[in-house]
Amino acid sequence: MSKQAAASKPSDERWFDAIVYILAALVMAAVLYPLIFVISASFSDPAKVLGGEVWLLPKNVSMAAYQNILHNRDIWNGYLNTIIYAAIGTAINMIMTILAAYPLSRPDLPGRKLIMVVITLTMFFSGGLIPTYLLVKNLGMVNTLWALIVPGAIATYNLIVMRTYFQTSIPWELQEAAHMDGCSNWRMLWNIILPLSKPILAVMVLFYAVGHWNSFFNALIYIRDESKYPLQIVLREILMISQSDAVDANVGLESKVLLAESIKYAVIIVSSLPMLILYPFVQRHFVKGVMIGSIKG
Amino acid sequence: MKSALDQAEAVQGAAAAAVRLTPRRGRLLREMAKRYDLYLMLLLPIGWYLLFQYGPLYGLQIAFKNFSPAKGILASEWVGLDNFHRFFDSYYFNRLLWNTFTINLFSMLVAFPIPIALALICNEIPSRKFGKWLQNITFIPHFMSVVVIVGILNVFLSPETGPINALIEALGGQPIRFLEDASWFKPIFIGSNIWQNMGWQSIIYIAALSGVNPQLYEAAKMDGASRLRRVWHVSLPGIVPVIVIMLILDIGHFMDIGFEKILLMQNNLNIEASDVISTFVYTTGIQKGEYSYTAAIGLFNSVINLILLLLVNRFARKVSETSLW
Repeated sequence: MSKQAAASKPSDERWFDAIVYILAALVMAAVLYPLIFVISASFSDPAKVLGGEVWLLPKNVSMAAYQNILHNRDIWNGYLNTIIYAAIGTAINMIMTILAAYPLSRPDLPGRKLIMVVITLTMFFSGGLIPTYLLVKNLGMVNTLWALIVPGAIATYNLIVMRTYFQTSIPWELQEAAHMDGCSNWRMLWNIILPLSKPILAVMVLFYAVGHWNSFFNALIYIRDESKYPLQIVLREILMISQSDAVDANVGLESKVLLAESIKYAVIIVSSLPMLILYPFVQRHFVKGVMIGSIKG
Repeated sequence: MKSALDQAEAVQGAAAAAVRLTPRRGRLLREMAKRYDLYLMLLLPIGWYLLFQYGPLYGLQIAFKNFSPAKGILASEWVGLDNFHRFFDSYYFNRLLWNTFTINLFSMLVAFPIPIALALICNEIPSRKFGKWLQNITFIPHFMSVVVIVGILNVFLSPETGPINALIEALGGQPIRFLEDASWFKPIFIGSNIWQNMGWQSIIYIAALSGVNPQLYEAAKMDGASRLRRVWHVSLPGIVPVIVIMLILDIGHFMDIGFEKILLMQNNLNIEASDVISTFVYTTGIQKGEYSYTAAIGLFNSVINLILLLLVNRFARKVSETSLW
């Protein structure tokens, strides 16, 4: 908007604009401040952090906390486990969701209404924690990565979003034409549907992968061996069950307490790093995913 | 290779079958047999749904039994409603129900309108670029894990090193142990939820706002309506259907918002305010192994959710002609 136009606005309009800008700035500051604080504290001298001197910018810039994390085997082991769980888990999520979404998107499939009802009902009523836990236990999945992957193999909401996309974004005439040429349904899915659905596939991969990256509760109840802990469980131990064991043993007690405290900030940053780096590139895909979901949600 | 006849029929049949299923059984079976490969694709997912979604529903019968892992689900003896009676008569029943209800009720009252307000702000900002920034920044916390969020709460609200308490002390007050104080639990839980999710939840409203007919704004402007009045009388009514749907969905999960986060924030000092049904099911069921008892409590929780969902959906359909089904 040009300056002249702004000046010609009535004064109550300009007041309104001013208030909107102020509110928006306040919201942004409130969201950013805790994040900036954590980042600054992670780069500060632990003594300054513990003294409560850091409140906006780093004091006596130091990489001590990060150097310590570098030597922490639990964190890297957790990182590796999480990457493995997320990769295998997301692959299974995608295969299962596509295999369900495509047939159910076909208007010519007898019985699809019934199947949709059976699937949608589970969004509103489920057996709950205890029966699910007992089932997973009986299947012998406890303390294996399958317990983290298989019980959540399909997110019904994602399935419905993907089905809606297949239905609304790929012309049915195209599929009919392919059928006339003798194209089988498997080839149709692989050669026509999936290549035309790249945007929604990207969104789903992101949704599922972030879910795996961030999940902690399943690991809490199903994983017993420390060597199999995903990152979030390791994180929880460092952040909440504050213990100085996380720190290298070669330092004195006092600096040990110091480092145990300051390592918290750095751990928060390190564990969120993949998300924060990817964020600018993927966020509009996320938004797109929500939009597609809202068409029929 | 399909015969020419089959192909010709596929063309006709496909569109027709979409609208109506044929009354004749033989025809239906043929339609199904022709698409056997689609059912083959569905085999694995449907098997999964039956095992992992409906299997636990079958297992829910232990709520009415005295389940012992040695005997298994079927062989454990029935005890009727004993588990439910034990829960209703327990001294913590009132506390659990009260905490579960109040946390969710306050969440709904306070946290539900905020994304709507944020979307309206985004929509009213004259500079598009600034609006985009506002959106992108408010999304960020949504992608952080609960563990990280609670970790941030721990350091941010720390009485020794956190900036909030530093400010309180600078103003001459006493530091507050926010996370170890029952009276602070609910405000902090709900406040941090808002902080984390308002940007994300506003997307859907922003999308809905962009769909409001611009002519309505022009007409209102012609009639001399101020900006605020246009927001109130044009923007807001324009997104009411979306608001109603979101509200119904929220209420459908009324009893189980934020279980993981509550679990992480819970400690002996704030348990008075943070003990909710879902965390109780976890600590008593999985940690102490009282499966039947906590399965009954979980069932009680699910049934309340379902009743609320049905009631609200019905109410919404009557009042605003918007509903889930």
